[in-house]
Amino acid sequence: MSFILTFIILFSFWILLSGYFDFMHLFLGIISSLFVAFISHDLMIGDVNIRRGFKKLLRFIRYLPWLLYQIALANLDIVYRTLHPNMPIAPRIIKFKTDLKTDMGIVTLANSITLTPGTVTIDVKNGEFIVHAIAEKPAEDLLEGEMQARVKIVEGG
Amino acid sequence: MNITTIITGIFLTMGCFFSVVAAIGVVRFPDFYSRMHPAGKNDTLGQTLILTGLIIYEGFSFISIKLLLIIIFIFIVNPTATHAIAKAAYLAGVKPWEKKGSK
Repeated sequence: MSFILTFIILFSFWILLSGYFDFMHLFLGIISSLFVAFISHDLMIGDVNIRRGFKKLLRFIRYLPWLLYQIALANLDIVYRTLHPNMPIAPRIIKFKTDLKTDMGIVTLANSITLTPGTVTIDVKNGEFIVHAIAEKPAEDLLEGEMQARVKIVEGG
Repeated sequence: MNITTIITGIFLTMGCFFSVVAAIGVVRFPDFYSRMHPAGKNDTLGQTLILTGLIIYEGFSFISIKLLLIIIFIFIVNPTATHAIAKAAYLAGVKPWEKKGSK
């Protein structure tokens, strides 16, 4: 099952990047996709339950609009802090524990923290996040844990 | 000058604005960690806006799909690279700057 899925992903990527539809390019694409899928299908997909993976993808897509909104806020925040004559910043390092289980959930949370207002993830060790916050308010907002709750919904059961 | 060109221009201008602000921020901020903030965030949005403008200019074609792939790539890679650099500095023992009288 993972073999077929890897092949489909690789071959559609091939078509996207080449853009040619004549026999030779499609044939070469099929051969190389089959070869790579044969070698590495257990590395790329592994033993993933297709239906659960698909549901997870849907939940992630539902998480995206909120993330984009937060990114826009983050950029306006940085623009304000950069161009303000007094530079209203008071950097600090904060630590907090997370109860996310899967690697994918932790990666999503770490990257989301970096992209959202005023915080950058420095390190994750044994479920403990070390985060650099640029002022007091972003740190408090992060510790409230709204983002963690949202990522938890994406992670699901 | 048609409507697509105007929208593209707006997106490109916004993208350039955010990139310039990111550069100013990297110069103005006091220490390593706070410089990561503009470098990690504004660059992501700046590049994304520029590429979105190019997608709108190009219309729906193979080139715009490739640009979309680049946007997705940037969204994954930029925070990850920021995180890697910050972690390297943290492990090397770089002390964060603190405002006088904040503690």
